[in-house]
Amino acid sequence: MIPALEVRNLTTGFKTANGWVTAVKDVGFDVMPGEVVGLVGESGSGKSVTLHSILRLVHAPGIIEGSVKWQGRDLLTMSERELRKVRGGEIAMIFQEPMTALNPVLPVGIQIEENLSAHTALDGRQRAARARELMDLVGIPEAARRLKDYPHQFSGGMRQRVMIAIALASGPKLLLADEPTTALDVTIQDQILKLILDLRDELQMGVVLVTHDLGVVAATCDRMAVMYAGRIVETGTVVNVFAEPHHAYTRGLLGSVPRGGAGRTMLLSIEGTPPGLASIPPGCSFNPRCTFATDICRKETPMLAEFAPGRLVACHHHREVAAAGSPVA
Amino acid sequence: MNAALSQTLIAAEEVSKEFLIPQGMWRRLTGQPRLAVHALNGVSFQINRGETLGIVGESGCGKSTLARCLVRLFDCDDGRVRFEGQDIADLKGADRRAFNRRVQMIFQDPYSSLNPRMRVREILGEALSVHKMRPRAQIPARIAELLDLVRLPSDAADKFPHEFSGGQRQRIGIARALAVEPDVLVADELVSALDVSVQAQVVNLLLQLQEKLHLTVVFVAHDLRLVRHISHRVAVMYLGKIVEIGPTEGLFSSPRHPYTKALLDAAPELDPTKRNRTVAARGELPSPINLPTGCLFNTRCPRAFDRCFVERPLLSDRTPAHRAACHLTDFGAPSLQNLEAIS
Repeated sequence: MIPALEVRNLTTGFKTANGWVTAVKDVGFDVMPGEVVGLVGESGSGKSVTLHSILRLVHAPGIIEGSVKWQGRDLLTMSERELRKVRGGEIAMIFQEPMTALNPVLPVGIQIEENLSAHTALDGRQRAARARELMDLVGIPEAARRLKDYPHQFSGGMRQRVMIAIALASGPKLLLADEPTTALDVTIQDQILKLILDLRDELQMGVVLVTHDLGVVAATCDRMAVMYAGRIVETGTVVNVFAEPHHAYTRGLLGSVPRGGAGRTMLLSIEGTPPGLASIPPGCSFNPRCTFATDICRKETPMLAEFAPGRLVACHHHREVAAAGSPVA
Repeated sequence: MNAALSQTLIAAEEVSKEFLIPQGMWRRLTGQPRLAVHALNGVSFQINRGETLGIVGESGCGKSTLARCLVRLFDCDDGRVRFEGQDIADLKGADRRAFNRRVQMIFQDPYSSLNPRMRVREILGEALSVHKMRPRAQIPARIAELLDLVRLPSDAADKFPHEFSGGQRQRIGIARALAVEPDVLVADELVSALDVSVQAQVVNLLLQLQEKLHLTVVFVAHDLRLVRHISHRVAVMYLGKIVEIGPTEGLFSSPRHPYTKALLDAAPELDPTKRNRTVAARGELPSPINLPTGCLFNTRCPRAFDRCFVERPLLSDRTPAHRAACHLTDFGAPSLQNLEAIS
């Protein structure tokens, strides 16, 4: 199968008052049609910037390098005019905080129709009908009546559904979701994640899901990439990575999440805090927090390399880490 | 009786709290009744000395309001909170100060709960001098001791809050609470603003401190996994009421309220091989201004029947340790799983 999206050597940097800061470094991954890929990491790991860089949603003084191939064409070099057809059209995006992403002074029906008029050939009457269909599709009750409502009249979960309706209006082949359920309660998160999966099945749409929640990854993603300090440190199928993490950071993250049955015991925590982007340590960026680190980790940055089909890791001691076992297996 | 008194440290009895909504000119002139958000609707439970009670629920369920009522940041409208048998609303003067010292709260947001213009030394020193915990000369030594207790470097004392990461700030919040040698810590979403790997550090610290200092902890959170990990007993709240309360493992392995079950099913499992594509609970939280009649969960409950729309179920006394407020499990049925097997 040919990947729908191929990201290679993606590097995004920003010029700040304290000099050049690299938020994303040499990131590469593929998304197959109909596949859900999870980008996992803590705050500042570069997962959101990666997602924004795919659609060139990084403002100056940010600079994006590398290549993002979408169905054979490079999104990073195409003209702004061409990109506008892809952005919000073939590739749609939804955000964490639906209240700030929606326009507060326009009824949601008009916001859905905006996307329809930008990316489809429907006339006014057809657009109104399609907007209602989309509201139905994402599970908003009384769709016809609610088209005239403003974003503030919806609950958080319903707003996220409106955002998904807008994203789906253009019939996208890829959905980029930036922490779509982080602001929602757990029963509503459950509804939204299952809605995204149902839509993926129905529309054969690829999904890139950015999240910090490993539970969300376990419940929704096919493959995952773990990010730390701007780099991907491990990738593989979700089942594989959970069963046998090869990077100490992945292992630590899995161990940090409490599990049932082991009440009031110490969690396998990772000491220290993630480094600031301006002060990434030399060598492996995880070495100051890593219990497996040796001299080589402090000198040489490990490259992301394939050690088994479809499994990549950037660690000098990944065999030892794997031998230590998975905290969730 | 005496034994029971010394066991129970805090008791909430039918605690209710409502917040009036600001009223517009039109409603006032036309004499319409003022609307109120019913944050707590008769909450009763006990906390035993030395235990951790987890209070879990989704946003708007009243868990933070309850935490604030327990430390008397809010006075309850109805019902009472007893501390060692005494109604805390009646405490005056020295008794009130003693209560304020013995029951400490740690807040959710480590960015707004520390004064940005005070050094850590002043933040901790203020707590020590207000409650006259130490003579002035001993305060610096005590501050160093406290920083060591929460594993912050000793040079932290001269820094300002902005120089610390979120996890370190929560440690300062914990140190400030512990400075006055309290009996009870009320932690409202202690780690929810922190990254996963840092959450684990703070949780581990809390468990160790509780052991060392024999603290009673009220752990308020929305994260079920975390509450399950930390608590001896758990109370599940929905729309300002406790719908189920019981020992942690019993409650998680055989929930007796449909809402608890929905909450457990909705929380994603950390095992990618155990996936479930059915939605755990449909619909959303009803408005806390116009509460549903009958059972508060009847708008979303898949198993609601006639009685649920008429009569509000009480926390059943059938099994004193593990109680649920549900008509379905009121008849001595052991758990919801078993109920499903029957139907």
